[in-house]
Amino acid sequence: MDFTISRRALLQGSGAAAAGLIVGFNLGGPAAAGDGRLNTWVVVAPDGTVRILIGYSEMGQGIVTSLPQVIADEMEADFDRVEVLFAPAGVEFANPVFNMQGTGGSTTTRGSFEQMRKAGAMARDLLEQAAAARWFRPPALVRAKNGRLHDQVTGATLDFGEVALAASRFTPRPDYPLKTPSEWRYIGRAMDRLDIPAKVSGKAVFGIDVKVPNMLVATLAHCPSFGGTLKSVDPAPAMAVRGVRHVVPLDDAVVVVADGYWPAKKGLEALSPEWDLGAFADGSSAAVLAEFREALDEDGATASAEGDVEGALGAAAKTVEAIYEAPYLAHATMEPMNATAWVTEDRATVWTPTQGQGPLTMFGAQALGLDPSRITVHTTFLGGGFGRRFELDFSLKAMLTSRAVGAPVKLIWSREEDMRRDYYRPGAVARMTMGLDGDGMPTGFSAKLVCSSIMSRVFPQMVRDGIDNSSVEGISELPYALPARRIDYVMRNTDIPVGFWRSVGNSQNGWFAEAFIDEAATAAGKDAYAFRMALLQNAPRHARVLKTAAEAAGWGKADDGRHQGIALVESFGSIVAEVVELSVTDDKEIVLHKITVAADSGQVVDPRNFEAQLQSAIVYGLTAAFYGEIRVENGGVVEGNFDSYRMMKLEQMPAIVTRLIPDGTSAMGGAGEIATPPITPVLTNALFAATGERIRDLPLIRHGYDLGRARA
Amino acid sequence: MSYSITVNGAVHEVDVDGDTPLLWVIRDTLGLTGTKFGCGIAECGACTVHVDGEAMQSCQIAVEDAVGMNITTIEGLLGDQRFQALQEAWIAEQAPQCGYCQSGMLMAAATLLANNPTPSDDDIADAMINICRCGTYNRVHAAIRRAAAA
Repeated sequence: MDFTISRRALLQGSGAAAAGLIVGFNLGGPAAAGDGRLNTWVVVAPDGTVRILIGYSEMGQGIVTSLPQVIADEMEADFDRVEVLFAPAGVEFANPVFNMQGTGGSTTTRGSFEQMRKAGAMARDLLEQAAAARWFRPPALVRAKNGRLHDQVTGATLDFGEVALAASRFTPRPDYPLKTPSEWRYIGRAMDRLDIPAKVSGKAVFGIDVKVPNMLVATLAHCPSFGGTLKSVDPAPAMAVRGVRHVVPLDDAVVVVADGYWPAKKGLEALSPEWDLGAFADGSSAAVLAEFREALDEDGATASAEGDVEGALGAAAKTVEAIYEAPYLAHATMEPMNATAWVTEDRATVWTPTQGQGPLTMFGAQALGLDPSRITVHTTFLGGGFGRRFELDFSLKAMLTSRAVGAPVKLIWSREEDMRRDYYRPGAVARMTMGLDGDGMPTGFSAKLVCSSIMSRVFPQMVRDGIDNSSVEGISELPYALPARRIDYVMRNTDIPVGFWRSVGNSQNGWFAEAFIDEAATAAGKDAYAFRMALLQNAPRHARVLKTAAEAAGWGKADDGRHQGIALVESFGSIVAEVVELSVTDDKEIVLHKITVAADSGQVVDPRNFEAQLQSAIVYGLTAAFYGEIRVENGGVVEGNFDSYRMMKLEQMPAIVTRLIPDGTSAMGGAGEIATPPITPVLTNALFAATGERIRDLPLIRHGYDLGRARA
Repeated sequence: MSYSITVNGAVHEVDVDGDTPLLWVIRDTLGLTGTKFGCGIAECGACTVHVDGEAMQSCQIAVEDAVGMNITTIEGLLGDQRFQALQEAWIAEQAPQCGYCQSGMLMAAATLLANNPTPSDDDIADAMINICRCGTYNRVHAAIRRAAAA
């Protein structure tokens, strides 16, 4: 039931019962005294194994290691004897930031750091009390150390496992202490990730790998246009395909259920569903973005403002103005959408690679007309999430299909369906204006943003006075000294569904702001780095990050024919600066030579994993900047697979130089998304340095560029 | 129609349509889920297996064409000494993130090193065409270098 028990066994392929078969794990109800369960997260077995339950989703960000690192540290557990289990959905596993169970917004580690510390410290306290009782000592004379309890008087020791059952009958003392940072043994250190042995053996169980007895496999086709519905479908042609068992009509899709994915797919292809294409049947992203551009002339809601912007811009010696446009983007997780469900009359169980256990329990109950207590959600490993798996559609559709056919069903989306029924990074348009004085210093800055609001659909109560923060983050607050500024937002919601995409609003707004600052620096006749530094005099943390990146990258010292771009974006409480060095061939092939990233995230739990997150977010952003564009025509998405929605590959990746700037005094920032926003502006800024061409709409392939093989 | 295929050294009689991709026979019929579905059009490499020792994308091989081939999935390499060295290099570099593409990456790297024990950077770049959305590319590269040096 765990995936750490024997790394050797995993790599050799024996010990099949180990191997990440965590799906379906259930402790069977609330903690019972005497069972070794010390609190919501920690169970100590009689053999001393410390089992840690994780209520979050592991999608590559490493939380099945970083959270246990925190607990084990405070608990004084031996990390080699720690096992991790995915917890079943439950209110006790709510994300403290969301107040419901779910993973996103770079909240996991920073949101539950203190909670996990306390969970570990509390467990240690119970173990120390139990050992003290065994030795007839006051608990103050017992010390936990690396999985054992030490009697401070006699030097006798007990293993955690020897007092675990007794410990679970004690009540934590109200004043159980937390360690001081100098006492930390695992926090702040690079620990081997606990999920990796299973992931190099093909044994980690992702949603698509779930097996349930008597399970059928299904696939589906959605209505070709957004907002359209299924009118009717004649099941006969699919039923004639060998292996097909059922054809299930849903509101906006048809599902074919079969003995395996291939017969289901063949059955689906045999069908000729009749669709009601709906009001958006002729809709296109080109028309939507053109409408957004027109809306730039409308008054918007003000997201942030300071001083007299009109006056400042009017009095400027020089003004710079530009319009930028960002395309819609798909998430394209490596593992296509899927979920496995078994729904009976009075109970529903779903095994799913979800980021949203809490909302799934609630909306699953609603969709099936069951009480939430009748819904069981098991979280598998996620083959990428990036925000897509916060949505509930793939899980709910599996549940509805299972109910319709009365059997367990694994519903797997084709890559094309995954691409065409996403909740996309919103397409967005921005007009920005900067006034410069006679010395080339900013007098005022204004920006107007037009895009669809994600929160209006997902959490409408979070939209206030016309402002959805996820639409304006990344530009509404900038660290630069801008004497007057105003950022306005015009909300335009359309039939193209939008959702959380790695770094959310920062992904487009960080580009807008930092590419435009670069334009302002050019207009002022100043170096892009020096211009920013001059505006960061009241932002020492930001200045330090930018300076660190510039120095590590050798800013201004690129070899002949090589060009640099720089950018700085704060998101999720972390400050990140990046520098790219590239060259461009005569036939517009871009060669990346080096990327430098510096980050101040406050306390970092695991520096090596943190670095991996930075690299990952950079690749994600580079891929989008070069290739990413979802086009909608005739109400539906044109791109379908990786041949039309291209992905960056290994050969194109240059070395990434990383500088972490630990700042013990600042609050912990996010990690998983923060390096995505700066990479797009560093790229377009470097491209301007190389070619004199300002790229104001993406992707770069639209402008005839492509990405070549990296070269040091 | 029934086909006789050899996977991981064992002969299996599978009763499926002849056009069924090997990928889905491996996953749905044989229940070996280490081989992943990513795109279905040979663009991503998640479904890479070894066919007679060479890395191939199993989504493009119809089962009727797989008769007589010697097919190896990641499960069939577990315990192999050379493959274990590759896994250890992957662990030392902490290569995977979400992990979904990594079976395919390892299968591609295994044939690369079998054919070319000391690959250059360009050799690695040529061979490793698998897509990874987590961007583990630099650590995958480092892991192959490490395994080659071992």
